Amino acid sequence: MTYQAKKLSSNDNNYQSESLNSDLDVFIKEQSQKPLLRFITCGSVDDGKSTLIGRLLYDSNLILEDQLAALTKDSKTNGTQGGEIDFALLVDGLAAEREQGVTIDVAYRFFETDKRKFIVADTPGHEEYTRNMATGASTADLAIILIDARKGVLSQTKRHSYIAKTLGIKHILVAVNKMDQMYYSEEVFFQIQQDYNLFSKKLGIENVSFIPISALKGENVAQKSHVINWYNGPSLIEFLETIEISQEQENQAFRLPVQWVNRPNLDFRGFAGTIASGEIRKGDQIVTLPSGKTSFVKQIIYDNREQISAVADQAITVVLENEIDISRGDIISKVAQKPEITDQLQAHIIWMSEDEMLAGRNYLFKTCNKTTSGVVTKIKHKINVNDLSQSETKTLSLNEIGVVNISLQEKIAFDTYDHNRTTGSFIIIDRITNDTVGCGMIDFGLRRASNIRWQELSIDKHAHATQKMQKPAVLWFTGLSGSGKSTIANLVEKKLYAVGKHSYLLDGDNVRHGLTRDLGFTDQDRVENIRRVGEVAKLMSDAGLIVLTSFISPFINEREMVRELLGHDYIEIFIDTPLNVCQERDPKGLYKKVKNGEVKNFTGIDSPYEVPQNPDILVKTDQLSPEDSALLIIKHLEDNNFI
Amino acid sequence: MTQLTHLQKLEAESIHIIREVEATSQKPVMLYSIGKDSAVMLHLALKAFYPGKLPFQLLHVDTTWKFSEMIECRAQIATRYNLDILVYINPDGIKKKIGPFTHGAGIHTDIMKTEALKKALDMYGFDAAFGGARRDEEKSRAKERIFSFRNKDHRWNAKQQRPELWNIYNNRTHPGESIRVFPLSNWTELDIWQYIYKEKIPIVPLYLAKKRPVVERDGNLIMVDDERLPLKAGEIPILKKIRFRTLGCYPLTGAIESEAESLEQIIEEIILSKTSERQSRVIDHETHASMEQKKQEGYF
Repeated sequence: MTYQAKKLSSNDNNYQSESLNSDLDVFIKEQSQKPLLRFITCGSVDDGKSTLIGRLLYDSNLILEDQLAALTKDSKTNGTQGGEIDFALLVDGLAAEREQGVTIDVAYRFFETDKRKFIVADTPGHEEYTRNMATGASTADLAIILIDARKGVLSQTKRHSYIAKTLGIKHILVAVNKMDQMYYSEEVFFQIQQDYNLFSKKLGIENVSFIPISALKGENVAQKSHVINWYNGPSLIEFLETIEISQEQENQAFRLPVQWVNRPNLDFRGFAGTIASGEIRKGDQIVTLPSGKTSFVKQIIYDNREQISAVADQAITVVLENEIDISRGDIISKVAQKPEITDQLQAHIIWMSEDEMLAGRNYLFKTCNKTTSGVVTKIKHKINVNDLSQSETKTLSLNEIGVVNISLQEKIAFDTYDHNRTTGSFIIIDRITNDTVGCGMIDFGLRRASNIRWQELSIDKHAHATQKMQKPAVLWFTGLSGSGKSTIANLVEKKLYAVGKHSYLLDGDNVRHGLTRDLGFTDQDRVENIRRVGEVAKLMSDAGLIVLTSFISPFINEREMVRELLGHDYIEIFIDTPLNVCQERDPKGLYKKVKNGEVKNFTGIDSPYEVPQNPDILVKTDQLSPEDSALLIIKHLEDNNFI
Repeated sequence: MTQLTHLQKLEAESIHIIREVEATSQKPVMLYSIGKDSAVMLHLALKAFYPGKLPFQLLHVDTTWKFSEMIECRAQIATRYNLDILVYINPDGIKKKIGPFTHGAGIHTDIMKTEALKKALDMYGFDAAFGGARRDEEKSRAKERIFSFRNKDHRWNAKQQRPELWNIYNNRTHPGESIRVFPLSNWTELDIWQYIYKEKIPIVPLYLAKKRPVVERDGNLIMVDDERLPLKAGEIPILKKIRFRTLGCYPLTGAIESEAESLEQIIEEIILSKTSERQSRVIDHETHASMEQKKQEGYF
């Protein structure tokens, strides 16, 4: 009997409050020591997810009087159950959703029974919101996959199962819903079970359970159904209460990703973070990665005091015996079981942005506590989640899943995702919009990073430059086609040559005859074009040259990538010429061709030009002659001690 | 091996969130409303940085209509933990003498709370603000991220929220934009009380039942906290044993009749209670989707 029921019945018998006080203490203690189970519900539109969650809340007595009153009223105006109580309305929160009658985002719900507390992520079923399902799945221990008994296993069922598996969910419960509409037929249930098993075996999901339910009628939700008498297993709630929550992360190798360095005064230096897995004890020898320095645990602080040991999920602060350099993003582990280190890795990624993913574009990668820039160097293939087939691709669009190689600017410590969800995952952030555009699960580190070393050369950049008696620089000209980039760059180079400077001009058209002749004019090819030119410019500036580049380079993202690559050598020159002036000039007759439909993806017309926000030099050619423009640039170089 | 309880897991998650903000934001602030959720949030923050001190300021947006006991409690907490609590009152509201009786609950809340908050955040240039909101409070809150992006006008766009995976949070902003952070997102009202009980966190006495003077208006029990409450003809405050489940502006916060004089009794009462927490907030009832609309406009 629940405490609530007990209390209510004693209420009827005019209980004495004193007699309950010790009961109350015990009860409160019990209540605060329940384990927690996080799960997600997923299914196709109209499979009855919201109805099921509404039912779970209702059956665990969490629907309160005022909510029930509002619900009854709502059910009459907005409900889909002909004026009967529509449980879905309890959880379809946003006004926009009510109008459309579908769930549009992840919602989190809470309920508890005598045995456990539950956090439910209610994730939408329709295809375009796959990213939300990945969001809900990332923190879940278990997934409930709803199948409409009338429809059976759909392609979206497979999609959801694949995402659940990809995000590392170990337990799947298939709830075959709307059994009431199929006369509670055992055959229907077994057919679905067979169909699903075929698919899940192929996926490699180990723990799958099946329960026939009717969320609408409450059959097999809280209590075992009497109608579905051929089924002998537990009800849905009984299942959730008893399924063993995996203790894996506590038995794994110790990982403490350092989140924040706590230095309140000169005498205290602690490393704060949440233990991702394993256990640590005072006196243990530890190693910090990627640096590889070792020390011993002097203090573990948790709950405002010193502790002997700490385990997974606890947010702790550790103090080490000796002062070693550790910063945010490092991982502290034990010496025997270290994480790997790499700056090159293979991962599964799920793309979550309307703007497609471009190989070669620079993104930010945030792993547990560490943010570093990097590029997807290669998309190996994308996965069709309906039949698990693979196909080649150059880009990933919203909701697509791909296997990719990634090259990071800095080395990171990591574990593979199937070993550790915390130290094997990352999100991808767009550098310009700051949006989270994707997420990734690390498959393994690529050996390339350790095999290819940087060869130290005796004649370095400084030596090259000194010999030429100049300071290397890269003058990066950007602007529309016909804006005057090449003309002005050419004039600038002549002036540099005249004063004895060693230079080289990389021109967009010329480079496309060789270095980038395999590239076209799609967005991803433009990104690769600029990446290669940036790398060549870097080699040339290392050789001590003053490099001039004349490329449209339309995207802020890639210009920023080049700026990062070149550092202080990079001088961005925006040749600002209005589009109509460029069109009038049309030195190569290209605008005319665009007009006649002979050329596509032309910057400024049907492909965007992202205007530089803070160029180092701004040249307005409608106000300056090419000669004056060149002089303006030379003056900037003189003023900044480049020449 | 030790298995953590749900309260220990919630605590650890919140501490992780609070530390993450301190580690990655330029200028964070903690919105402190003096209520029970703020009390828990502050307690967690103190734990997160122990043995160091709280590395950021607290901000209280004062509407000038808070219960007097709340203001007393604010002072006590500041002394007890040696805290720097900024108090902001919207000067425009003072100038125009905005109040819930003269201008109505909607305008009062809008100017003294929503507008005031935006102004305070702009004035100090905070790029991240902690709030004590929980997902179990209200439907639209259930869909909000833990790190919730706000544009330059402090607006929330429900349809363009950043995906939030694992415990990796994205708080990157451009100048002028900000992030609201909700470390208590996954706590329920019951969790909050169990934690207050377990950790012995000090709270405003108004949460505990006591005989207090009230008048009944539109089904709400409104406490006569000071002389500014205009009494209607023939209306006489009566003493009732009441307590509050949430605290806000006293004229806009309904009390419940209760016998719960201790934390234990509150927890017992919540488990047995049949009405939800926000029911006593007059402001939520105004229109059907009113909380969602308020959030879009920048309300916490």
